[in-house]
Amino acid sequence: MPVKDLNDQKIWRRRTSRESLMHWVIWLIGVAIFAYCWQKISASTTWFFVWDAPRIADDIWTRATPPKWSYITQLGKPIWDTLNIATLGTIFALIAAVPVAFLAARNTTPSRLVIRPIALLIIVSTRSINSLIWALLLIAIIGPGVFAGVMAIAIRSIGFCAKLLYEAIEEIDETQVEAITATGASRWQIMAYGIVPQVLPAFAGIAVFRWDINIRESTVLGLVGAGGIGLQLSSSLNVLAWPQVSLILLVILAAVIISEWVSAKVRGAII
Amino acid sequence: MLRLEKLVKTYKTGDQALKAVDLVVPEGQVLALIGPSGAGKSTLIRCINRLVEPTSGKVHLGEVDLTSLSTAALRRQRSRMGMIFQEYALVERLTVMENVLSGRLGYVGFWRSFLRKFPQSDIDEAFRLLDRVGMAHMSDKRADELSGGQRQRVGICRALIQNPALLLVDEPTASLDPKTSRQIMRLICELCKERGLAAIINIHDVALAQMFVQRVIGLRFGAVEFDGLPEELTPDVLTTIYGEEDWEATIENVNDEDGAKE
Repeated sequence: MPVKDLNDQKIWRRRTSRESLMHWVIWLIGVAIFAYCWQKISASTTWFFVWDAPRIADDIWTRATPPKWSYITQLGKPIWDTLNIATLGTIFALIAAVPVAFLAARNTTPSRLVIRPIALLIIVSTRSINSLIWALLLIAIIGPGVFAGVMAIAIRSIGFCAKLLYEAIEEIDETQVEAITATGASRWQIMAYGIVPQVLPAFAGIAVFRWDINIRESTVLGLVGAGGIGLQLSSSLNVLAWPQVSLILLVILAAVIISEWVSAKVRGAII
Repeated sequence: MLRLEKLVKTYKTGDQALKAVDLVVPEGQVLALIGPSGAGKSTLIRCINRLVEPTSGKVHLGEVDLTSLSTAALRRQRSRMGMIFQEYALVERLTVMENVLSGRLGYVGFWRSFLRKFPQSDIDEAFRLLDRVGMAHMSDKRADELSGGQRQRVGICRALIQNPALLLVDEPTASLDPKTSRQIMRLICELCKERGLAAIINIHDVALAQMFVQRVIGLRFGAVEFDGLPEELTPDVLTTIYGEEDWEATIENVNDEDGAKE
């Protein structure tokens, strides 16, 4: 009982004695586990490398600065490829995600028992595999290059976009749909007049958000040979050309900042 | 014109919302459906155009038995019944004009409606109706920019542009202030008279119902408890519909001059 009667005075406490004891025990166990793990990690760490880290980092920093500015002439094409991979990938993903989302949403799916689980499976399976792994798979299938990158980004994004979109579809105001149904509208007309206007802002927001994420993801796809600026990054790293690496990182940073700015602008315009 | 025969609706949860309701609405009659929350008023209205599927019983609109129709035929009949909603149920992100024209969806093919290429006669009629309810200057506004009273006027236009034989009206004034409520009720009743439309109006406000309608149905626990003229609503009658309460202040004299003002 959190309330105790003591000489006609009601004393209130947050927890009973038993509960606070339980809390202490749980905390104790937590701290013990943390200490144990700390010790384990410490034992299997080669501390020499850790103590050495600042010196190495400093060494790389001096090698990497100043960036090799003249190298920028060779980065125009790769960064353009990267942008195209992200943009085309997002467009393909959206084209596939819209029907999947409508099939997955509880209120629009034609069949909850058969089709909805299939749609959900598509969402989960495309979402759970990183785009880098999709790229590795696709390079094996369709060969290295930009197209493999586009497909990797597209497949990875289907689940993400479809999931957010079907959640938006499930949250629509049903009375608006009811009103359109009551006019005698057909199934497709109900979709076009009752549902689509309600999910359009969400759709635009999702599209821009995913495009923004895809720009970051596509910068690393080149590491496995799927085109874009990552290709340059990986070859520069291989030959330890640190001034080139630092320039590439700067270019990627600039691209990401620009994409953030664009998506913030677009989102602001929609909402 | 509209005939309900032993209409029953039992929800999956086992709640019996309607218990064998019989009701006949003649041509051009405006009737109010009153009753406590949960009495089945909304269910009754939605069973007529089958937004809610009745469990058993029949609904006849003219000669057509609505309960036995296929999907396509039901769509055609739905376009003969205009519906007006409590929270207006306008599509918020479409313009006033698009909302009004959506009342024609039952008559226009998918692509024409998708591309917003409605026949000129529909557009003329939309402007005429908007003008009639005093909203002509608002046709380009988006629905979410309107006030409650304005939205309900657009809702009325959307129902009327269907050129319906019957209006189903679900709590048209529940979200409106008292003055706007009267204006909206008056507008609905005037329009029904102009067009010889029958209407079923669900309404919580007993005094407001008495002021405007020709007939009152009292529903309690899914069964008709009262069917008569507005003047016949005495405190005793209201007690049978709603339960014990002091009703003197609720019932208005039908000739109350208050109703004639504005």
